Amino acid sequence: MARMRRAGAGIALAATIALLAACGSDGGSSTSTDDATKGGDAGKKDVSITWWHNSNTGEGKDYYDKVAADFEAANPGVKIDVNAMQHEDMVTKLSAAMQSGDMPDIYMERGGGELVGHVNAGVTKDLSDAAADTIAKLGGSVTSFQVDGKTYALPFSMGVVGFWYNKALFADAGITEAPKTWSEMYSAIDKLKAAGITPISVGAGEGWPAAHYWYYFSVRQCSTEALQTAVKTLDFSDQCFVRAGESLQELLKAEPFNAGFLSTVAQKGATSASGMLATGKVAMELQGHWEPGVMQGITDEIGDAGIGENLAWFSFPAVEGGEGDPETQMGGGDAWGVSADAPDEAVDFAEYLLSDEVQKGFAELDMGLPTNENAVGSVSDPALASLLEVRDNAPFVQLYFDTAFGDSIGGAMNSKIVDLFAGKASPQDVVDATQAAADAEK
Amino acid sequence: MIDVADEATAPLGATASPATSSLTTVAGRASARPAAGRPGGRRGNGASLRKRLEIAAFVAPALALLGLFVVVPVVRAVQISFYRWKGYGPLQDFIGLDNYRRVLDNPEFVEAFQHNMIIVVASIAIQLPLGLAIALLLNRKMRFQGVLRTVIFVPYVISEVIAGVIWYQMFVPGEGIIDTVLDKIGLSGPEQGFLGTLETSLPALIAVLTWKYLGMAIILFLAGLQGVPEELYEAAQLDGASWWQIQRRVTIPMLGPTLRTWAFLSMIGSLQLFDMVWVLTGGGPANSTSTMATFLITEGTKRSNYGIAAAASVVLFVVALVLALLYQRFIMNRDNTTTVVRRKKVSR
Repeated sequence: MARMRRAGAGIALAATIALLAACGSDGGSSTSTDDATKGGDAGKKDVSITWWHNSNTGEGKDYYDKVAADFEAANPGVKIDVNAMQHEDMVTKLSAAMQSGDMPDIYMERGGGELVGHVNAGVTKDLSDAAADTIAKLGGSVTSFQVDGKTYALPFSMGVVGFWYNKALFADAGITEAPKTWSEMYSAIDKLKAAGITPISVGAGEGWPAAHYWYYFSVRQCSTEALQTAVKTLDFSDQCFVRAGESLQELLKAEPFNAGFLSTVAQKGATSASGMLATGKVAMELQGHWEPGVMQGITDEIGDAGIGENLAWFSFPAVEGGEGDPETQMGGGDAWGVSADAPDEAVDFAEYLLSDEVQKGFAELDMGLPTNENAVGSVSDPALASLLEVRDNAPFVQLYFDTAFGDSIGGAMNSKIVDLFAGKASPQDVVDATQAAADAEK
Repeated sequence: MIDVADEATAPLGATASPATSSLTTVAGRASARPAAGRPGGRRGNGASLRKRLEIAAFVAPALALLGLFVVVPVVRAVQISFYRWKGYGPLQDFIGLDNYRRVLDNPEFVEAFQHNMIIVVASIAIQLPLGLAIALLLNRKMRFQGVLRTVIFVPYVISEVIAGVIWYQMFVPGEGIIDTVLDKIGLSGPEQGFLGTLETSLPALIAVLTWKYLGMAIILFLAGLQGVPEELYEAAQLDGASWWQIQRRVTIPMLGPTLRTWAFLSMIGSLQLFDMVWVLTGGGPANSTSTMATFLITEGTKRSNYGIAAAASVVLFVVALVLALLYQRFIMNRDNTTTVVRRKKVSR
């Protein structure tokens, strides 16, 4: 075994040398051209920063390219290597990057159990001192990105999950007001079905969009205290989690979902759950604050006019008899993390991404929900603005369970929730599988 | 990650490799030829040392590649399978065989294993008679023979992922071409679509796999048919055998080694099946089409349980190895004896 490891080290060493050689020659050539053009700026050394983000379509991508170019112009010698990827691709590549240790300098963190894992493995940088001003400016939203009192990422977008809906289709079905409780929701579903409209799309093929229903029913069924205890102790014995599954079964019995929802994907193409809402094939979808951007990307790609002005938002309806506060929301945020071995300039750039200027532009393009207070007023989309109001009024925002618990528990939980969608598992099975995965982690 | 990916892709390379067809033809030819003597085998020591050095020099690069990309990842996978490891940081949480217990106890893995077995049996049970029938037909002299052979081989040539995406679009409930056609002739598929219904997803997958791999079976069978000596047909015809009798009594028995080799390749391919499933269903809905390979990828890349994924990959390796050895021992060994008999005949 020891010999094995040494052989591995040898290979790694050889690879590193090759990489160093490549970097060395690269750096050398760029310095020489710089010298030639600027006539020597000898003290300043060239730094290259890699940045991975998931605004890979349309205006968002152009905006981030411009932000990087602006930063490069303001900081001579810094080169930003922007890499825009589709969200799932980015997540997969990121986990591979973390294993190989060849991390991008700036990447997306989502908080919760994932962040704790990254911190324990030492792959992410403590920003508490390096970005102290920005952290102070962001206020409460950074708490989701703190581990043991230290801040490891700067949240740039915090949102909540809720129902995105098509106002025109609601009007066609004779629904005048967005449902506030599940009994109103069921009557809306009945009206939509009577009008020949598929009520809701869900990308259960990918797990998490379906799992969001169970999470939200838990948020409505469980008291805030029960939720917080469960997240902390990983003990799911509170009966409210079983009742959440029962509420979900009741919803499934109403058959509100698009045909083939078990094999539907979440966000890719016109036949995905988001694509169906974007092209007016369904009336509603339970999704996060990123939905307008995702739909824009899909309609741009297929050349469809899209849902446009008809898009509106309402929060997850209250469950009658549930112990949860109906004002409580489920959501989460995206934050810029800086890898442990990134240059100092990467921290500067992460802070620049949270500056008033960049966050305002970000808000104006509806790329997300800004965390910088000075930019909150710049959100132009009325649906997003209404969501922002709900976010800021919520007494408590529960982080998505799968993120909060980490991949391992989250994956097992999501898979059992999909089984529940398929009629293959009972509400108790979901709780048992989650508990079993949690116990295996302890 | 790299190890798991290697585990997953290496088998694909093996199934998709065009080398398999040439391999069998070479084997066929070799069996028909008398065993060649080894020149220089019993010469002086100097010559044999040179020979050995020559062999070492030519084999070393291949061995180095094999070691780097096969042996090292396999050994590493075994090593990881003894640890609780999240995919980053050092291996330090040694838990012995616990990962293996968590794989074998896991109903998701058992389900995946059953699906693999169903696919192994169904692939052979469907493709063998179908492929044989088409190969026998195509072996007759007829017009457009070349065109027909090409058409049948096309699905096998298309990249598995592209084929998967095309089929996925065809299976889209309501709007895909399959539902549209069914609708036109007054039938209707399941409401959730073939891929979205628990009962139909596995049969739909098997149908796509049959479409995809039938071409390979036919090409192999056709290659085997070329190796049946013309004289046997003539002799049978002189004895007054009908076309059907010739096929049953002469062609199929002569095709035996090819059929058994094909079945072996098909079995290994089915055990390691990954990419078509991943593209079509991702193992879903609700694990109804999962295979051992999708199980280990899900545990690894999706749930960051790399220790469990490594243990699952070792289990997959052992299952494939045991089945391969059993097959060699009880089924393929007949071929060795028949070859010897034939060789004797030819050399006389």
